[in-house]
Amino acid sequence: MSTAAFIFIAIFTLSGALAAACLRKLIHAAFCLVVAFLGLALFYFLLGAEFVGLVQVFVYVGAVAVLIVFTILLTRREEENTGGFNWGGAVVALAVFAGLVWTIFKTPGTAVAAPPIEALTVKRIGEALMTSYVWPLQCVGLLLTAALLGALVLVMEEKR
Amino acid sequence: MTPTLQLCLLISAALFSIGLLAALSRKHAIFVLIGIEMMLAAANLNFVAFWRFGPEPQNPTGVMVAIFSIAIAAAEAAVGLALVIAVYRHYRTTNVRRLDQLKG
Repeated sequence: MSTAAFIFIAIFTLSGALAAACLRKLIHAAFCLVVAFLGLALFYFLLGAEFVGLVQVFVYVGAVAVLIVFTILLTRREEENTGGFNWGGAVVALAVFAGLVWTIFKTPGTAVAAPPIEALTVKRIGEALMTSYVWPLQCVGLLLTAALLGALVLVMEEKR
Repeated sequence: MTPTLQLCLLISAALFSIGLLAALSRKHAIFVLIGIEMMLAAANLNFVAFWRFGPEPQNPTGVMVAIFSIAIAAAEAAVGLALVIAVYRHYRTTNVRRLDQLKG
């Protein structure tokens, strides 16, 4: 884990995210979002959480990005201007960022380096999921089913 | 020289602020959802960073929370995008500034 790689991936991720937030064309923003999420997955790999990185690639880059692209396709209107930008939001975001940075620098004990650890294998994650996290796992399954049904009901054709 | 927890937290704060910028300042509903996804991803990065730099990295608690959080974010994205499609069917627009029927 070197700082240079970290900074490089940070610039990659943050420029992707900034482009996704500021580009005029929705479809370009969606692809920049994919870039940002790939950079985030690289962060997880660097931090030693390979499984989370893989899940990030599968779920965000694989599923959520395709879902966003399909929604853009279904709600497309050429004449509609998507470029509107409200500068009040930018001021609020900058203020929040300044507050967060101030808090991070004020907090003691954050300048620590990572302690060496044994690799977090998928076997250990699976064991933890099947023992101490079995109830949250079931709840997430229920939630995903409910969300799927809810999304289907929302987009079903209405009877006229 | 190795990166510190501070660097991770700064990156995550920057990602959160960019997400907030997208959610607050764009007019298109899909941009708002993209911003919310970015903010959730920033929170996930914080969970993993605190797990990695914390005193007990043998417990995979932070990783577990991040995995559950990704699953919930996926559910949220599915329902949110379905809502965008339903709103588009009703009002023929996805501009959140024009969806002001509940305004008093």
